[in-house]
Amino acid sequence: MLKLLRQSPLSARIGMGIVMLNILVALFAPLIAPYGETSVVGDVWESSSAKFYIGTDHLGRDLLTRMIYGGRNTIALAFITTAISFLLGSFLGFVSAVKGAWTDQLLSRAVDIIMAFPTLIFALMILSVLGSSIPTLIFTIAILDSTRVYRLSRAVAMDIEVMEFVEAARLRGEGLWWLIRHEILPNALPPLVAEFGLRFCFVFLFIASLSFLGLGLQPPLADWGGMVRENSGAITFGIFIPLIPAGAIAFLTVGVNLIVDWFLHLSSGLHE
Amino acid sequence: MNNLLEIKNLYLEAFYEEQWQPIVHNISLDLKRGEVLGLIGESGAGKSTIGLAAMGYARQGCRIASGSINLDGKELFGASQEDLRVVRGSKISYVAQSAAASFNPAHRVIKQYSEAPVHHGLMNHAEAEKEAVEIYRRLFLPNPEKIGYRYPHELSGGQLQRAMVAMAMSCHPEIIVFDEPTTALDVTTQIEVLAAVKEITEKMNKAALYITHDLAVVAQVAHRIMVLRNGRLVEINETRELIKNPKEKYTRELLNVRSLRENKTIHEKMDVILDIKDVAATYTGYDNVVEDIDLTVRKGRTVALVGESGSGKSTVAKIITGLLPAINGSIKFLGKELPRKLKDRKKDDLRKMQMIYQMPDTALNPRQTVRQVIGRPLEFYFGIRGKKAEDRIRELLVDIELDPDHYIGRLTTELSGGEKQRICIARALAAEPELIICDEVTSALDQLVAEGILDLLQDLQNKTDMAYLFITHDLATVKAIADKIVIMLQGKIVEQGEKKEILSPPHHEYTDKLLASVPEMDPDWLDNLLEKRASTFI
Amino acid sequence: MKNVLMLIFKRCGASLITIFIISLIIFIGVEMLPGDVAETVLGQGATPETVEQFRKALKLDLPPHIRYGAWLNDFVHGDFGNSLANGRPVAGLIGWRLGNTLFLALSTAMIAIPLALILGMIAAFYRNTFFDKLISTTTLSFISFPEFFIAYILISLLSVKFNIFPSLAVIDPEMGLGSRIYAIVLPSLTLTFVVTAHMMRQTRAAIINVLASAYIEMAEIKGIRRLRIIALHAFPNSLSPVINVIAVNMAYLIVGVVIVEVVFVYPGLGQLLVDSVAKRDLPVVQASGLVFSVVYIFLNLAADILSMLSNPRLRQSQI
Repeated sequence: MLKLLRQSPLSARIGMGIVMLNILVALFAPLIAPYGETSVVGDVWESSSAKFYIGTDHLGRDLLTRMIYGGRNTIALAFITTAISFLLGSFLGFVSAVKGAWTDQLLSRAVDIIMAFPTLIFALMILSVLGSSIPTLIFTIAILDSTRVYRLSRAVAMDIEVMEFVEAARLRGEGLWWLIRHEILPNALPPLVAEFGLRFCFVFLFIASLSFLGLGLQPPLADWGGMVRENSGAITFGIFIPLIPAGAIAFLTVGVNLIVDWFLHLSSGLHE
Repeated sequence: MNNLLEIKNLYLEAFYEEQWQPIVHNISLDLKRGEVLGLIGESGAGKSTIGLAAMGYARQGCRIASGSINLDGKELFGASQEDLRVVRGSKISYVAQSAAASFNPAHRVIKQYSEAPVHHGLMNHAEAEKEAVEIYRRLFLPNPEKIGYRYPHELSGGQLQRAMVAMAMSCHPEIIVFDEPTTALDVTTQIEVLAAVKEITEKMNKAALYITHDLAVVAQVAHRIMVLRNGRLVEINETRELIKNPKEKYTRELLNVRSLRENKTIHEKMDVILDIKDVAATYTGYDNVVEDIDLTVRKGRTVALVGESGSGKSTVAKIITGLLPAINGSIKFLGKELPRKLKDRKKDDLRKMQMIYQMPDTALNPRQTVRQVIGRPLEFYFGIRGKKAEDRIRELLVDIELDPDHYIGRLTTELSGGEKQRICIARALAAEPELIICDEVTSALDQLVAEGILDLLQDLQNKTDMAYLFITHDLATVKAIADKIVIMLQGKIVEQGEKKEILSPPHHEYTDKLLASVPEMDPDWLDNLLEKRASTFI
Repeated sequence: MKNVLMLIFKRCGASLITIFIISLIIFIGVEMLPGDVAETVLGQGATPETVEQFRKALKLDLPPHIRYGAWLNDFVHGDFGNSLANGRPVAGLIGWRLGNTLFLALSTAMIAIPLALILGMIAAFYRNTFFDKLISTTTLSFISFPEFFIAYILISLLSVKFNIFPSLAVIDPEMGLGSRIYAIVLPSLTLTFVVTAHMMRQTRAAIINVLASAYIEMAEIKGIRRLRIIALHAFPNSLSPVINVIAVNMAYLIVGVVIVEVVFVYPGLGQLLVDSVAKRDLPVVQASGLVFSVVYIFLNLAADILSMLSNPRLRQSQI
């Protein structure tokens, strides 16, 4: 593992640096942030000064503080959602592949239907009915996103399932859980790890987009997508505040993608 | 100089583990007009790479490092891409192993034939197509006027392979490189392609490099044979001389591959272990893939289930193991009726019937160690764990002739094909079975390795009196180890009986064709066979 | 040809069933509103009259399956009900905006698809060169950027700093084509960046996959020129996978359109949908959601049929 890290290319190292920085800031937000998350401490859209390192937002809150808490909220939300989506999607995908027959038919057709909607439209419609709260947000996005995880893990598991070592375990009389845990999962892990990174990016951008549309995290909680929306008016005055949270979103996603790219390259290289 | 092709001190390299490493060392060969040189060796011998290098071509990740490749007075090593392009296809052409993958699915077969001659400016489309029909006819393709106008996916494997041999002729090249052209085919189809190759090399007097792993096949077409191993020359000699007086030990081993084993003494009637009556099965629900299957396997005996691809022999294995439930008939195992579905069977019945597979690479979980692979059936069936399991695993490793200290902790991916297959055998042995179903267990292995596996299976049977059901398409294997032979064709059993009965005439018509199609080491075998067929059928 | 027709027929049938199920889901979704729909939506302060009116508007007084039948029937006949927010017919609200959205999406597609295919092909043919790496890194960045980031960068540069294009894409029905196009340059450019990046990466992968086939090697060994190999051997076999790539990326276009419309305050269906979700104007949400889904399903259907028609393995020689 260490050896692998030492051989990693520059791009992957940059990616890891970006991700580490974001994780640290998110974890220690209350310790780092100069002010309280929602406290109004200055004028509207003040420019950067010794007091406010990168200025203030549309209500006069310290922008750096908002950025730090916004990162913490957005990243945590995206991470939890991705984790749920992944557990759900990969478990159902594996069960589908191993059980086959009507279990597979039922799950796959249900997934087909959900995927026939454009994701954002589906999410918007659910949120319009249920209203936007954090649990609704998490479960809506997790379920929508798990369809993609399902497709991939089912395909990966199918490729493994046709191999004779799985048949040998079946003929031995092993049960469903053993087949998934010991035969399928260890072999499905490398592609799924890369997929986790991609899904995280997707979910993260998705949540940011929903917040940007005003349907994600609700104020006064800070989050990067919402901050772009709140401050979007500034841009016509030549104040480029919305670019800061938007850039932060892009920055983290690029970081994760750099790592995923290296990982995909690595695992494809091992096959040849 | 009258050599058409002269390769001198050729070195080839491949890129792996982040650096260029040699794979072919110092190979020299020459080829005269009208001569066929056979290149033979096991996997990793570098024979395909040399064949392609003769065209100045190296696959992605390979390169020609040094040496000289002189084709009819023209040096190909270091030649420009454009110079190479002009030579390829027109002076020297290539027949690949898999015709199905090598034909472009988007174009009709005859358009792909005429592409090269038109592109090289040798003739126009109409002329090329006229010639194509003529060559299709000479290569015994059915309906030669029309078959070319089909798409590749509309032709059978054997037809496509012959169409590719025809395509290699399209520019009237001086040399053709045949790269395992019959390996992917059934024995009865192999004859058709071999006949086509013979037609071209002998009647049309073309020089050729014929690459294969099968000495008996190459003996039919080659004037001289070059034996390769691990990218190095072992020996080279006239075909008849090489077969009669091999100089090297390795060549002798390759020659001995097909020699018959001593028949073990047939014991008195042993107990019947497996008794199948009137079994049929279907994948679709209305079309039976196999029907009327009756067979019995006795303790300590080996029954070979023989058939070509699509004969339904592997389906029979699936029915017996319960993966594909039979739709009628009965399966009796150790005197008791077995439930048809796998999940309805008792653990102890599952234990007593084990299976070994064709591809040792996919039959072992790449994430497990040898200890885990063999230990699991011990734990699962007998509840043996810890120190006792460790001791038993070591015993089993000794039984399969692998050093326990060296192998027990290794990941399965670190093993060679033959070692993997041995681990598969140990996994089956760990369950202490009464019957082992062996599904093409040697066909993915190099011949010498396969030989070792067959010997091991034979020894184990002598020690434990296990029964084997041996599923295979390879009659040489059958002759070597079977006690009883069952021959299948299109989902039905056409003939079965003791080995001696089946192998000596009179045969069923299909059995006869099958037996006659197995190449023999005798260089005159193919000529005699074609002569005989011509006289009986025309 | 027969079996291709059969496949297409089946595929059309599947799409129809999907549309039916989706309409059912959308309908049931609104049904699932907890408690009394009218009171939930209208809030505590609603008078009994308004509640009654609301129930009538949503036909809440009838049993569910009849309501569904009536709703679907109305929908097919172009009657999408009335908006709860302003009481105007939904069909009227949607019509013009759908046209605007399609105008934006299609003009983007017309630039993005050829651009992505060309870049993808070049990257595939010259893979592992500097050009390939440059383009891979650039597109990796663009797929990592949220649409509004690109949008605001473009606004900052081209609108605020240099004042070339308007930062708001205002259009009205009387505008001519030229001024319309001028208005949507920035939103269209934003979408082009996002869609091209995704599509180009997948095109590259699809073509590299085809180039690794044995028949391409065979063509090289036959001494065929590179250009001809690409045009006659690689291209016909790449069509089918590339069409799939285009279809998959329609999803990015649809999602992107919604966000870009909000950024540029462009009067399209996406903005209408987002506004209505915020206001919980259910008839409008239902209708615009269904319209989006139907468009999306038809795009996928069209792509699938084209992909089938261009798959050489489904061809038959009729001999």
